[in-house]
Amino acid sequence: MWQELRTELHPRGLEIVTVALDVDPEQARPFIEPVGATHPSLVDRTHLLDERFGVVNVPNGVWIDENGVIVRPVEPAHPGRNPVTDSFRSIDITTLPPEVAEVLVEARKIRTEPDLYVAMLRDWVERGAASPYALTPDEVVRRSRPRDVARARAAAHFELGEHLHRAGEHDAAIPHWRAAHRDDPDNWTYKRNAWNFEDPGRQGHTDAYDSSWYEDVKALGAENYYPPIEP
Amino acid sequence: MLLDELVVDTDSFTARTGWTLKPEGACKGEVCVPLPDSARPDSGHVDVRVVADRLGMPLVHDAAHSLWALGPESSVTGRALSTAVAPELVLPDIDGNPFALSSLRGQKVLLVAWASW
Repeated sequence: MWQELRTELHPRGLEIVTVALDVDPEQARPFIEPVGATHPSLVDRTHLLDERFGVVNVPNGVWIDENGVIVRPVEPAHPGRNPVTDSFRSIDITTLPPEVAEVLVEARKIRTEPDLYVAMLRDWVERGAASPYALTPDEVVRRSRPRDVARARAAAHFELGEHLHRAGEHDAAIPHWRAAHRDDPDNWTYKRNAWNFEDPGRQGHTDAYDSSWYEDVKALGAENYYPPIEP
Repeated sequence: MLLDELVVDTDSFTARTGWTLKPEGACKGEVCVPLPDSARPDSGHVDVRVVADRLGMPLVHDAAHSLWALGPESSVTGRALSTAVAPELVLPDIDGNPFALSSLRGQKVLLVAWASW
C-alpha cells in the first residue's frame, strides 16, 4: 500500500519505513514478500513503537525530519488507497453469516482521511520546515499521547506476554496480555494482537479475554476508531 | 525491557530504553533527569529500581518465571514523547537483518506501523 507513495516521493527526499506489529513475523511475511518493497520493511514483535512513539492502532504514522527530529507525532496514517477496506464496500452483506455481517457493518462505519493525510505528506516533502504540517518540538511533545503509569505498565505486561508466547508458553502470556488490556484499554495493538491468536481474523469473544473487536468497536462507536487528524 | 536481575549493564539499558546515563543524570535528547548516586553502583552498571522510580517507569514482576519487565517513562512529560528528538530504533527486517532508523539521517522519514491482523 505504501510502495506507490514511496516511488513518487523518494526522489524528493522521503523514505518510508513500514513496521509490522506482528508477534509472529511469519504472519506478516505474505504481506511483505509479494510487494517487493524498495523501502525498509521491518518487524516489531514487542511493540517498541508503542513504547517509544505512542502507537496505539494501525495504520499509525510518525514524521521525522532530516536531523532526526520528530515533526508530527503518532496519528492515523492511511495511504491514498487501501484494497482491504475498499473490498468491504463491495461485499453483499446479505450473503454472509450474521456473526460476520455484524462485524462488517461496523467496519464500514470506520472513518479514514487518506486524501488529507497524503496531501499533508506531499506538502511536507515539498516544503520541509515551511510546511504548516511540520510542527515545533514543543507541539510534537504536546500532541503525543498522554501516558500515565498504568499505560506504561501495559507496555511492560505486553512485552512479558510476548516473551512467554515466543518461549512456547502461550497460556502464561494470556494473563499478561489481559493486564495490558486492563491498564491501557485504548491501545488497539495490544488487544488485536491477543484476540487474533484466539480467534484469527474475526477477533471475536473467547474465554481468554473479556472483550472482542466487535464489542469494543460498538462501545466506542466505529466512527471514533481513528481520531480525526488535527492538521 | 525484560530483566532477570535489577542491576544491569548500562549499555544494554540505554539500547533498550533510549535513556543515556550522563553525569547530569538520565538523558534522552535534550532532556535530563537528575539521579541519586545510588542509581550507579559502579561505572558500568545501573540500578533499574532507582531509575524506574525517578522516571516513572513501572517494574512488573513475573515471579513464576523469575522475570521483570520495565515499562517506558511516564512522569517526565506525562506523554509518550519526552522529547521531539527521535529515539533510536533498531528492528529486524522479515529475514532478521537489523536496521537502524538513525541510518536515514539526511532524509525525511515516514515511519508507519501496520500489522497482518
